[in-house]
Amino acid sequence: MQPTNRGWSLLKYASLLAGVLAVLFPPYIIVVNAFKTSEEFFAKAAISLPDSFLHFDNFVQAFNKANMPTAFGNTIIIIGTTLVLNILIGSAFCYAVGRFQFKLKGVLVGLFLFATIIPQITTQVVNYKTIQALELTNHLMGPVLLYVGADILQIYIYLQFIRNIPYELDESAMIEGASLFRIFRSIIFPLLGPATATIVILKTISIYNDMFVPYLYLPRPEHVVVSTSLMRFFSVNSGDWQMISSAILIIMIPTAILYLFLQKYIFAGVTSGAVK
Amino acid sequence: MMTDGAAGRRRLPSYRMEMREESAVMLGNMKLQTQRRLILFAFVTVPLLLLMTFAYYPAMELVRLSFTDWNGISANQTYIGWANYKEVFSNPDIFGVFRNNVAYFVVGIVQNIVALYFAVILNGKLKGRNLFRLLLFLPYILNGVAVAYLFGYVYDTTNGSLNYVLGQLGFGKLAETSWLGTSSIVNYTLASVGFWRFMGFNMVIYLAALQSIPNDLYEAASIDGANGWHKFIYITLPNIYKIIELNLFLTVTGALEVFDLPFVLTKGGPAGASETFVMKIIETAFQFNNYGLASAMSVVLLIFVIVVLSIQRYLLNRKES
Repeated sequence: MQPTNRGWSLLKYASLLAGVLAVLFPPYIIVVNAFKTSEEFFAKAAISLPDSFLHFDNFVQAFNKANMPTAFGNTIIIIGTTLVLNILIGSAFCYAVGRFQFKLKGVLVGLFLFATIIPQITTQVVNYKTIQALELTNHLMGPVLLYVGADILQIYIYLQFIRNIPYELDESAMIEGASLFRIFRSIIFPLLGPATATIVILKTISIYNDMFVPYLYLPRPEHVVVSTSLMRFFSVNSGDWQMISSAILIIMIPTAILYLFLQKYIFAGVTSGAVK
Repeated sequence: MMTDGAAGRRRLPSYRMEMREESAVMLGNMKLQTQRRLILFAFVTVPLLLLMTFAYYPAMELVRLSFTDWNGISANQTYIGWANYKEVFSNPDIFGVFRNNVAYFVVGIVQNIVALYFAVILNGKLKGRNLFRLLLFLPYILNGVAVAYLFGYVYDTTNGSLNYVLGQLGFGKLAETSWLGTSSIVNYTLASVGFWRFMGFNMVIYLAALQSIPNDLYEAASIDGANGWHKFIYITLPNIYKIIELNLFLTVTGALEVFDLPFVLTKGGPAGASETFVMKIIETAFQFNNYGLASAMSVVLLIFVIVVLSIQRYLLNRKES
């Protein structure tokens, strides 16, 4: 754009600063209060800094009382299993669909793309019964099955990506005598790496942040995940804000760190996933 | 989505021919044709089965259940015709709940305007644009439950930081507001949390669209003497029309499907003032065990979303042809 007048440029920075302040104000409140002792909390204003940022007592207590070791353990099991299955099933499916011509292929792809318009939240009433029939309520694999089966983001991203891998690679491997499975495993799958990375990050964040599925399917305390552990903790300690602040922070930090280091993939995935 | 497939499709026949020519040759341990069948079968069956079980079967089953009085447990599912649908549309406790969803729609529109504004600014030459983008998008990736309680604290009447700041700024009366406890404003308070969370998401989508507009369009316009505002109206807006539409439809469907924020923060209170339609569905099915009615409500929501999306697709296709 052309150099514009000073007023506009001032307005630009002023509005951006206002936006950033609005974004950072709520987390700031949580950060300063998570480090306060209860005496400090009542003596000081909500927005003032704590005496020391080395007062980790609240964090230790929140971590144990909210049963976070179990919650993080369960969340990691769910995310890990979902990712492995998603990546295997999604990439294999897209190899079959992206590389071969067969009858009804158009219909098949259409079925998958059309399914994106069925909002998952509306089908829970029936899915709950399905999971129950499979005896997977109160089982960590229940949510896994829903995350693997009901979301097709991975198929969408892989399908877009596999088109850009040149066929010459398949052809020359075939001439050298590689089997089709070998071509998938040793050529296509490794070349889908960036798509896999995007899927891993987006899925990790969306499963980590999901509350609906674990709340509905994993009501028992031993199956608590991060989202539901915070809900339990809050219902017992509501009003104890310095304690809740540290619990909130513990839960927010992992995705914030992922975001800082992997922003490139996140921005790419968010834009390609939204325009489907 | 299928548009960039043209190049790939052109290459496919030759791939297939090659395979036919060599299909007599032994590759690995199996004939190519056998391999091909095996791969297709193995790689397609599982995802197809999952798709049917968790997307199409429930959609159809919902329709069937919506005409019954099933309680979710008993073996009896009596057909009761349109009774559930009549109940959905005539009972103000059910359909009237959509009133609460309106706030999310109104705030969503403002959110889109702000997102587009920031996207345009960040698309220009600007110091620190990556940092601004990083920070404005940050709320989107944070845990929803944590965000809900975070704002529970900000909006708390007595300990809340918002009322504290308002008090310090001299708005004594305003600083006593119960943001989450007053039925006339609670939905806007909750929707503002949605604004905080999703504005950056809309902005990043707008930004990606803006970056795909060729720069020479702007340069040519500058030579013709267009100012910044003219360029925005005559070049930027027409070029990102599709994306504006996409974001608006995401806003509409998002507003129809609001669940986690009011569920965590207010439990639908005070006195049901912030209950949303999806909360009502979950309550009807899992607390009142009225699966028939809950299914009818789900079908209504499903139809709303499909109608909204079909309008979007229709408008897009018309624009393209």
